Amino acid sequence: MEIERPDPDELLARVERDKAKARRGRLKIFFGAAAGVGKTYAMLLAARERRSENIDIIVGLVETHGRKETAILLEGLEVLPPKLINYRGTTLREFDLDAALKRKPSIILVDELAHTNAQGCRHPKRWQDIEELLDAGIDVYTALNVQHLESLNDDIGQISGIRVWETVPDTVFEEATEVELVDLPPDELLDRLKDGKVYLPQQAAEAIKNFFRKGNLIALRELALRQTANRVDAQMLDYREDNSIREIWQVSERIMVCIGPNAMAERLVRAGKRLANSLRAEWLVVYVETPELQRLAAEKRDAVLRILRLAEQLGAETVTLSAPDMSAAIIKFSNERNVTKIVMGKPTRRGLKRLLFGSIVDVLISHAHNINLYLLGSPQGDDDSKGTKTDQSLYQKSPLPGLSAKLTTRKKGYYLGYIWAIVVTLSSALLARLMFGRFELANLSMFFLLGVVFTATRFGRGPSVLASFLGVAIFDFFFVTPYYTFSVSDSQYLVTFLAMLTVGMVISNLTANVRSQAKVAAHRERRATVLYAMSKDLATSQNEDEIVRTAVRHLYTEFSSRNVILFPDADGRIVYPKGRILPESLCAADLSVAQWVMDHNEIAGKGTHTLPGAEAIYFPLSNEESVLGVLVLLPVNLRRIFLPEQQKLLDTFLRQIAQAITRVRLAEHARITQVDIEAERLRNSLLSSISHDLRTPLATIVGSASALVEEDDALKPEDKRELSRAIYDEAQRMSSLVNNILDMARFDAGAVALNKQWYPLDEIIGTVLTRLQKRLGGRPLSVKLPPGIPMIYVDAVMIEQVIMNLLENTLRYTPEGSPVEIMAEVSSDAMEFSVADQGPGIPAGSENHLFEKFYRVRHEAAQSGVGLGLAICKAIIGAHGGNIQAQNRPTGGAVFSFVIPLDQSPPLMGPEE
Amino acid sequence: MTNANPVIVVIEDDPAIRLFLRTGLGAHGFKVFEADRGKQGIIEAGIRKPDIVILDLGLPDMDGVDVIKTIRGWSVMPIIILSARSTEQYKVDALDAGADDYLTKPFSLGELLARIRVALRHSVGSPAQEQSGIFTTGSLKIDLLKRQVVVGDSEVHLTPIQYRLLSVLIKNAGKVLTHQYILKEVWGPSYRDNSHYLRIYMSQLRQKLETDPTQPQYLLTESGVGYRLKV
Repeated sequence: MEIERPDPDELLARVERDKAKARRGRLKIFFGAAAGVGKTYAMLLAARERRSENIDIIVGLVETHGRKETAILLEGLEVLPPKLINYRGTTLREFDLDAALKRKPSIILVDELAHTNAQGCRHPKRWQDIEELLDAGIDVYTALNVQHLESLNDDIGQISGIRVWETVPDTVFEEATEVELVDLPPDELLDRLKDGKVYLPQQAAEAIKNFFRKGNLIALRELALRQTANRVDAQMLDYREDNSIREIWQVSERIMVCIGPNAMAERLVRAGKRLANSLRAEWLVVYVETPELQRLAAEKRDAVLRILRLAEQLGAETVTLSAPDMSAAIIKFSNERNVTKIVMGKPTRRGLKRLLFGSIVDVLISHAHNINLYLLGSPQGDDDSKGTKTDQSLYQKSPLPGLSAKLTTRKKGYYLGYIWAIVVTLSSALLARLMFGRFELANLSMFFLLGVVFTATRFGRGPSVLASFLGVAIFDFFFVTPYYTFSVSDSQYLVTFLAMLTVGMVISNLTANVRSQAKVAAHRERRATVLYAMSKDLATSQNEDEIVRTAVRHLYTEFSSRNVILFPDADGRIVYPKGRILPESLCAADLSVAQWVMDHNEIAGKGTHTLPGAEAIYFPLSNEESVLGVLVLLPVNLRRIFLPEQQKLLDTFLRQIAQAITRVRLAEHARITQVDIEAERLRNSLLSSISHDLRTPLATIVGSASALVEEDDALKPEDKRELSRAIYDEAQRMSSLVNNILDMARFDAGAVALNKQWYPLDEIIGTVLTRLQKRLGGRPLSVKLPPGIPMIYVDAVMIEQVIMNLLENTLRYTPEGSPVEIMAEVSSDAMEFSVADQGPGIPAGSENHLFEKFYRVRHEAAQSGVGLGLAICKAIIGAHGGNIQAQNRPTGGAVFSFVIPLDQSPPLMGPEE
Repeated sequence: MTNANPVIVVIEDDPAIRLFLRTGLGAHGFKVFEADRGKQGIIEAGIRKPDIVILDLGLPDMDGVDVIKTIRGWSVMPIIILSARSTEQYKVDALDAGADDYLTKPFSLGELLARIRVALRHSVGSPAQEQSGIFTTGSLKIDLLKRQVVVGDSEVHLTPIQYRLLSVLIKNAGKVLTHQYILKEVWGPSYRDNSHYLRIYMSQLRQKLETDPTQPQYLLTESGVGYRLKV
């Protein structure tokens, strides 16, 4: 009995996965409140201890800053030589990542987790180097000050008045296996500072001294302690979870941070992150782009983009919503995603303004009943005007250098709108002038209003405002007494003016919104169309080559960037494709960058954190299991690629391409497996067939011949004749078997070339029947051929063999003396031939198997052939482009028939001379 | 040359087949000389003055077709070739080079004796037929002088080409004729590539002479090689 056992391959894969997880190195962070608390010292002490335990520990990079007691600790430890990088005349000592990877110790010490690498290093940040070390399975000891933690950066900046630009994502800190707090009371630290035991860079000595105020140090110490405590808390929770001491969470919290294009955004994101951390909740960062916000300057939009990317780095999911009504969009989205808490800035509109125009906060309070609102106040003095300034600074430290590429605005169309506004208003005035005197003045004002509406619908807000003012001015100047002055005698016209202006503004606002919504809708639709077009093309692509070509073309169309998809060779090394080069193909990809992306399944290149110096962007093309290849995209406009919406689109593209490739690879794999199975089955049946079918006649031959040789005297003459006859018959049978096997082998080897010529059908049939004369014996045979001399264009020798095999088959499997019918029909484009019998017929279900190699209806029957005859028929008819089939006749018996296309007309015969 | 003890030279490298030919043919009164190489075979054919040469096409030292050409350089003695299957073109080449007939391995002694008889008859000539000018086989009777063709009791009218085709076959009755040979004899050298002409006329001839053209008794097709008039 078969016991169901787990698939060994799957087991192996699971073990591999577990191993991979275990293989990732452990990160130990020596965490301190400020410089000088002795992190490096503690780290080196720990290293020496490991060393004494005979663990392979080396020093990757440690700054002793000339301190003796630290330098002493370095003695006896293996120190990796630093990588020297020439930067503007000075030589910088940087950590040599590649050397470390090559050396591959058990543990490596790399100081200053927050360090920013010099240009020319693989990663801009040291923490990325360390990530790579961890990925390679190397344990890392490193040191970090609390102020460098991304989410605390802002708060500490406020406390200390000094902002550090070198930050480390919180995830790195959170994912550290161990955090060792190196603590020193502020007074002792200040003493050390006084003794010159704390290293301070010369140029910023003053500012930093300011930093080392006791108040600051106490605050920093508190933050560091609290951060460590939080971690311990989290570890505790993890432990409880791991050990299934889990309380059932009632509701999982989901926090939504709403940001706008102002200075608050970054603080909001950091606050959201902290809240999410403390609640262990999922968090989202949402930016609602209203039509007004779409008109923001490119720099401001970039700043928002940067904040969204920061949020992503901090672990948030980011969403950009396009909607005209901010509060409605927020409420709708928060309901969709079951948000429990919203974090946003305090309303900036105050007093009457807030009363008149309302604020999002008020709407949320009255409409989102089950959502808790967290409002963050802006730090003192940080109002809108200052906000702009901060935006600028944020923008400058944008990690995406290419994002500064300015969006070219549509200036030309812009001015055209204003010109049109003037033209339209003047036309209205002209029309009103013509009607002047015949109509009431109030009605004449309607012409101007019409002009405003027209301008608003066609050219948007600015021109329509101009049209409103211009209309009012002209109306006043030309049509209202006293004429040709702007003074107004009747005060009631002031109401008319006001109404005209208001209507103009309102309408222009409305139409502007409608226009922008239409634009958004059009954009979305286009995106859907683009995606649909690509998925359709990908779905119809039959092979990998076609998929790649389709993908490259579509990527080019959508992102107007030349691109190329690279695949690894059998050894996993990325190689340049050998196939045809498309006009959209990129021919200047850096294979080493691609290789890195391939190995790490992470994006790299321009605009990213890895190898940002590269010309192009390198995206991994991966499915759930592995990285299939690398997409290299040479961006024309980096902004267009890193916009959240565009990035999602690109992600979708990549996923679809990867899926399509996976699909064809699986299909190919299945096909190969099928072929292998088929070949295996064939080999087995060939062996069993040959051993059976060749041995049986051989046994007879050997036996009979030995009797003749050895028992010559004892045998009667008639016995001798009988034995000889048996040898002769069996030898004949073997001969035909061997012929069949050889024929099939020739077909399988593809060594058969058709020698097609025009033959009269009756000659072919005649040849076969003559050869089979003896075997047909006394069987009733009827041959029905079309009248005349039908010609067919075939390889006669082969078709004769088909007919021969079919007839032999019939003779073999039908009772002696039962009739055989041969029928043929020839039309202008095909010939149909059939052999029918009145025998037992074909067993149901075997119709399709009959033509397979080595298939036999009755396996054990000694009388049968090797089971190749019909397979040869199929091969020959197939080579002629035809079709062969077998079926049972309704009147009993079987009919085998084949059709051959005759794609040429028979040759003409000249009349006989 | 006498018919009493015809001499046969067998050029064949396989000893088992030589043994079979030697004993089989010896039993029927033939005097058999053997050679296992082409060169030796040509010498044997020269010194033994055989009535028939039986030649295996697959010889280790030289091409069978070259052996035929060499022998044909000085003699018209009948040559029967032995060949493996599935090499129709090779047979045709050998026949076109001057071989008289062929047999495909494996073959029986009976088949070989029949071919030898036909070959001997042709080399000696058929005096009875030539003198009377009348060829008869089965129910077929052709008066070559009167150009009269009779099947059973009724006379059959043939077109000039049909008759020419038939007469070429009769002249070589029992022998296999390649398409090329017949085309050259009937239509002339310029028609060598129009073998479908030949097939159509052969078909027409069969329909006129055979009782059942799909089971011909006289005008036999040698698949992939040519035609043979059965005697």
